[in-house]
Amino acid sequence: MSTADFAAFSDRAVMFAGIVYALAVLAHVVEWASSLARPVPHQEPASQQQGAAGGVAVIQGPPEDADSRRELRIETAGRIGVALTVVATALLAAGVVTRSLGTNPWRVPWGNMYEFSLVGSLGVSLIYLALLRRMQLRWMGLFVTSFVLVVLMLANLTLQQAAGPLVPALHSYWLVIHVGAAITASGAFAVGALTSVVFLIKDRGPRTGAGGRLLAMFPPTDVLDRLAYRLHAVGFPIWTFAALIAGPIWADYAWGSYWNWDPKEVWAFITWVVYAAYLHARATAGWRGRTAAYLALLGFATLLFNFVGINFFFGAGSMHSYAGH
Amino acid sequence: MATPTIFDEPTRTDDGGGRPPGLSIRELGRWAWRQLTSMRTALLLLLLLALGSVPGSVVPQSNIASNEVARWKEQHLGLAPIYDKLGLFSVYDSPWFSAIYLLLMVSLVGCIVPRTFVYWRSLRAKPPAAPRNLGRLPAYVAVESDEAPDVLLERATTALRGRRYRVVPPVETTASTSVSAERGRLREAGNLLFHISVIVVLVGFAWGQLLGYKGGTIVMVGNGFSNSVTQYDDFSAGSLLDPQNLPPLNLKVNDFHVRFLKSGPHRGQPVDFGADITYTPQPGAQRRPYQLAVNHPLVLNGVSVYLVGHGYAPIFTVKDGRGQVAYKGPVTFLPQDPSFASFGVLKVPDARPDQLGFEGMFFPTYAFTMKTGPFSVFPDAHNPVVSLLAYRGDLGMDTGAPQSVYDLDTSHMTKFKKADGRDFRIDLSPGHQVRLPDGAGTVRFDGWQRWVKLQVSNSPGKGIALAGVALALVGLMGSLFIRRRRAWVRVTRRDGRSYVEVAGLDRSGNTEGLLEEVQGLAAGVVPGHVVDTGSRPASGGSATEEER
Repeated sequence: MSTADFAAFSDRAVMFAGIVYALAVLAHVVEWASSLARPVPHQEPASQQQGAAGGVAVIQGPPEDADSRRELRIETAGRIGVALTVVATALLAAGVVTRSLGTNPWRVPWGNMYEFSLVGSLGVSLIYLALLRRMQLRWMGLFVTSFVLVVLMLANLTLQQAAGPLVPALHSYWLVIHVGAAITASGAFAVGALTSVVFLIKDRGPRTGAGGRLLAMFPPTDVLDRLAYRLHAVGFPIWTFAALIAGPIWADYAWGSYWNWDPKEVWAFITWVVYAAYLHARATAGWRGRTAAYLALLGFATLLFNFVGINFFFGAGSMHSYAGH
Repeated sequence: MATPTIFDEPTRTDDGGGRPPGLSIRELGRWAWRQLTSMRTALLLLLLLALGSVPGSVVPQSNIASNEVARWKEQHLGLAPIYDKLGLFSVYDSPWFSAIYLLLMVSLVGCIVPRTFVYWRSLRAKPPAAPRNLGRLPAYVAVESDEAPDVLLERATTALRGRRYRVVPPVETTASTSVSAERGRLREAGNLLFHISVIVVLVGFAWGQLLGYKGGTIVMVGNGFSNSVTQYDDFSAGSLLDPQNLPPLNLKVNDFHVRFLKSGPHRGQPVDFGADITYTPQPGAQRRPYQLAVNHPLVLNGVSVYLVGHGYAPIFTVKDGRGQVAYKGPVTFLPQDPSFASFGVLKVPDARPDQLGFEGMFFPTYAFTMKTGPFSVFPDAHNPVVSLLAYRGDLGMDTGAPQSVYDLDTSHMTKFKKADGRDFRIDLSPGHQVRLPDGAGTVRFDGWQRWVKLQVSNSPGKGIALAGVALALVGLMGSLFIRRRRAWVRVTRRDGRSYVEVAGLDRSGNTEGLLEEVQGLAAGVVPGHVVDTGSRPASGGSATEEER
């Protein structure tokens, strides 16, 4: 295959990945809709007691015929959703790999925002699938697949650019290290932010009615809080490495100064400070719980702004502007 | 006192200690200190630091892009003085920004120092004796056995050591004998290391800010550069650096080469560029060749040279109204976009009777459509054309006010017009010349050459900063991932049988795997079957622990 073939294959693989993610979203929607149709009484106490058990598809009480059929439907839809996510992730991975082979010479697939979005979505998917069983993340399926689908669609509509070689400024192995670490940390933060959002909704949400039934499908708040913490605790050191070690080393090497107060650096630093505040807040009375979760979301907002805002609004003023168009 | 959790700090009070007490200055000072070093204040300062960093990424900064600051000030005449007062053009060395991070530093020191003492004492303290009711701990297993207590305790000690617990020798009471054990004390050490390292990083950074310098210069290919302040186009130095005493360095840019993609969707994107230079590190030393490129700087002791940009310099010959050559040489044009369409200004102060001035564009590969006007289709010089507007009059260079070489002050000049009243536009390819109206002179576009933008800098203290941030990372990982746990094994002799109780407590807010660990310990002590796991759900344990 020639590089052009690889590049074309990559575009097609990403497109198909998007379609399969959409199907996975549908499967999870069916799973949710069926769960909502479950009679109320079994729900709330069951999943509270279950502790770490993700609780979407837990069968409770004497299984009557209609009930067991429903539970089977929920379970099947959920399993199909996960299976489709696996397929979509494999397709996306193939798209990312061929994207990297689609240039001459081949290179890491994160030379611009489009590629960063692809690899970031892949990271989120992989983190979700890797932790799915161990952390009982089935409840997260709908969110993860929708999130990845939206990111892929936005990337395709607004960021798409044909595969090509890197601009000279990126000719460095630090691209692999610095951007690779940044993507990994962003993936962990994204999944963490998702968990924090669910934590906040569940914490204050209704306990009864349709809303209550919906919220009963999530793990208890303390499980969510701990999961969010662990994701952030993994993301934070990686982010520290990406933004405050690898970045400055490369900057010193390429620009002659390890810290230039470039808008992207400033916002990476802001993100770091906010997540540091999150970790501290989580251990402080009066701040832990909701306030800490809000800080985590603020941190993710600064991360997103750094990725989108800086590249589009301050692109000309930033030395990181080659990351855009 | 709160049990230390992830980032919790035992010497920090959560609310800063209530209301200010009475009049005593000493008491007031103590109260203020407690306020400052409280966790809440530290958190607010952290968030303030994040918020305070924002304006510097939105408003142009004078130490980074002074040209942009000037342009911004021209465009916002009303706001500029206010922004100036607020220090928004140099946020990161403004008094209010410094105040935030200095307060944060003080708060940090106020936390580290007492905490280090607490840690030091705890290092030498033994793990606490077993609580009376082990069954109330978050993880608990009870096993029965026929073996003697000392055999069981011996095995318990081995099992605990195998899991890297520090074990205190058995303590015997009338009814029972128990061992206490603890592990993960490095968690707090990592925590301290992280916070101390933050200070080390800031010291290294401040060192570089005070003693470092950074300068940019544009050098024509074929010309040389020597490291002295007068040779720089822009130069910024730390307040403790003597700019008259820069380390000696001489270099000459012999050649410059750049390759662009010639086809495909990214046509015109640079593939690579670099400059062949020769340099003498010390006066009198032999010249050495070097390939300067992006990501391939010339690093010498005390000075580093980076290739940060390149561009075109069209060469002009201007004759004035008397027929005399008033200017001959290259003029630096600054690229405006990736196609290298470049803007520049040619000032001819020696022209008589009137001074002449030109401003306009250089297009390396010229193209024209009625819709877009002139533009460049490719960044390499395949079909170079200059397109200029010409002025005559007073360039204003004699007033003594500093002028930018990229800015033509036309307030005392008149634009050359054609007979029909339209602008007299000069479009030239290399080797061609044009006669200005009214016999004011001629302009000839002789050809072009390239220039490179070099950045020369020295940031001392970067080794300190790097070491600091690397240590901070190590400390961070320790403080996040080392689990601090306590475990107890108690053997009670009753009716000729041994009742073994094993209990565990997590002190790092992470109870995951705690019960499994306790069960594993129990299996290590009594390789028999487990009678009673009186444990609460793992999720409940952490909350109780943290709320203590």
